[in-house]
Amino acid sequence: MPLVMLGYYFISAFLVIILVWNFLREKKNIEDMILYLLVVVPLVLRILRVK
Amino acid sequence: MRRIWAIKVFLGLLCLALMVPAGLDLYRHRHFDIPIVAGPGVTRVTRLSDYGPGLKGTIADTLIFVLEGQEEGGKALIMANTHANEPEGLLAALIMIENAVVEKGTLFITPQFNHSASRNTKPGDGYPLYFSVQTGWGEKTIRMGNRDASPLDQWPDPDVYIHYPDKQLLSFIDARNTNRTWPGRPNGLRMERVPFAAMELMRNEKVDIAVDIHGAETMFPVTNCIVAPEKSIRIATMAALTVKAREGFDSRVEPSPVGFRGLSHREIGDHADTMPFLLEAPIPFLDQPTGPKTEKFLLDGKDPFLLSLSRKKKLFVPYDESGWPLEKRVGQHCSLILEILRQHARRFPDRTVSVRGVPSYADILEKGVGHYFHDPARAEKRRVYLN
Repeated sequence: MPLVMLGYYFISAFLVIILVWNFLREKKNIEDMILYLLVVVPLVLRILRVK
Repeated sequence: MRRIWAIKVFLGLLCLALMVPAGLDLYRHRHFDIPIVAGPGVTRVTRLSDYGPGLKGTIADTLIFVLEGQEEGGKALIMANTHANEPEGLLAALIMIENAVVEKGTLFITPQFNHSASRNTKPGDGYPLYFSVQTGWGEKTIRMGNRDASPLDQWPDPDVYIHYPDKQLLSFIDARNTNRTWPGRPNGLRMERVPFAAMELMRNEKVDIAVDIHGAETMFPVTNCIVAPEKSIRIATMAALTVKAREGFDSRVEPSPVGFRGLSHREIGDHADTMPFLLEAPIPFLDQPTGPKTEKFLLDGKDPFLLSLSRKKKLFVPYDESGWPLEKRVGQHCSLILEILRQHARRFPDRTVSVRGVPSYADILEKGVGHYFHDPARAEKRRVYLN
């Protein structure tokens, strides 16, 4: 696997952690919670090498 | 506070409920194998990586079925699924693998030229993941692919794809399109290594003819035709005229543009002694202004929006209520390949590739595509290949 591709997986994993963290910290705004979850989906699928 | 956590748990579970089944569908699609029964004419099966070691062990490596005749003659290479969302090419190649017998010369057939693309999907456009063809023994399920290789297999995309060796600037997405990366290079992008390996096959094996099987939208001008460069245009013209006279279907000839680089019909001829031909059959499914992209539409090619556009003369092919069914598209490909081989044999008798057992356009229209597929469950195990 090329180094750039490997880097991309690390960035994706980092973003997943940040998004889940923000989702858990969110206290009021339900729309933001939904957005965090929506954004996390393609990143998870990429990390798992599904799509 | 408890209410917020209840909402979070609900949303999290909802997200998982949507993501897990969809993810599993996509995972299964990527790992779904199509069984191919090697017919009586297949004498050996090799891999593209035998000609381009840079592909060994990667998903871009793909099977090549070799059909050798009793007599020496010419050699031809048939490539399908260069664009894996144009499945008539794949079906024509599978029919040839399962039925063709070569009497003179050698035929190389690679049914999944862009193997990564064949395991990629286009869910954003609502493409079905699979389609099935009715056979005498049940349904044969085929994995529907995408035009380009999967980003899982070649990443990142460049801002602009700079073609090698001509340095022409092409769209970024063409870096994953194996009909823009010809002639390729051994140590380039993975999708440059695929055509490079095919070029090596053609150069090392002294292949006379290369046929790249495609399909195109009915609203795209380069459809229902044979694209050929200067060196192949005479044979292409004779083949087009002969099928029109004998079999009654049109397929005009389009000259391969000199200034548009990276295409098989241009680069093969420029970088090898091989004569390239690219076949385009109309695929209404690929057009944009259509109804839902269903499996039925893929198979029968019937769409009310295209019918309306046809009445307004906006299409480049005749189109009526009968649509453009799969049988017609696959039949055209089979007949055109046979006719190109015949015309080449007439012009270069010592380099003849003589094939029998391949159905013609009329045969496939009458009996259907599925009639020519063998049941992998009943075939000898060692003759069944998963691709």
